[in-house]
Amino acid sequence: MSDLTVTVEPGRQDIVITRTFDAPRDVVFRAMTEPEHLARWWGLDETDTVVDRAEVRPGGTWRFVEKAADGEEYAFHGVFHDVVAPERIVQTFEFEGMPGHVAMDTHMLEEKDGRTLYRAISVFQTVEDRDGMVSSGMEEGLAQSLDALEGLARGLA
Amino acid sequence: MASDPLSLTFAALADPTRRALLARLAEGEATVNDLAEPFPISLQAVSRHLKVLERAGLISRGRDAQWRPCRLEPASLEQASVWIGRYHDQWEERFDRLDEEIRRIQDARGTGDRSTEGEKTHE
Repeated sequence: MSDLTVTVEPGRQDIVITRTFDAPRDVVFRAMTEPEHLARWWGLDETDTVVDRAEVRPGGTWRFVEKAADGEEYAFHGVFHDVVAPERIVQTFEFEGMPGHVAMDTHMLEEKDGRTLYRAISVFQTVEDRDGMVSSGMEEGLAQSLDALEGLARGLA
Repeated sequence: MASDPLSLTFAALADPTRRALLARLAEGEATVNDLAEPFPISLQAVSRHLKVLERAGLISRGRDAQWRPCRLEPASLEQASVWIGRYHDQWEERFDRLDEEIRRIQDARGTGDRSTEGEKTHE
């Protein structure tokens, strides 16, 4: 069990996520920013992630496409505002299925005794956008794929 | 104004007075008068808060027109916490995979030939 915390307070526009990784932050930073690695962890369990663009530098853009088993595709993109390797990334996040609803994500990596404390803050334009993000997995795919996921997990066990 | 259940629940919970009203109702049914007593606000204001809670499905009110006692309906609160729980689980799974990528990088850095060890690392 990890030390993951996900803080979603009622009436606020942000989500705060913290987690410790058992590696120095330059390694964590690479795993978080290199396309080869991003493609393997970024999406959901039941989707394949295709990294269309990952220009991890100030002003660079990114675009990832999530391919679900039922053939549906969900694309996300944004702009890197600030990248200070290996400690900080500030970027925008937008789901192409809901254009105009843009979140700003700040990722911070702090190294302590060879381990890395990761802290991310996502700020949404409205409380409704934030709440929509938290529940979107249910409406678009997650609810219907939970059964499939269970079956898959059983098949793999 | 979004009207999906989670947004309604969260909007209802965003107010400290409404959270206090829910806390009171967690102890048992109460009338508007009972509920209003400890608060330095008007009966009308309490009624407005109760309407918001009722619309969000967090409370229900009795049929009795005179008293209409309020009752906590934990289901929508549970639903909100289920949503957040699943969102939390998504991140748990995502970061488990990120852990694997981190190990992959560290293994490649080590002997340069330890990728076959990968299988034992994931429970």
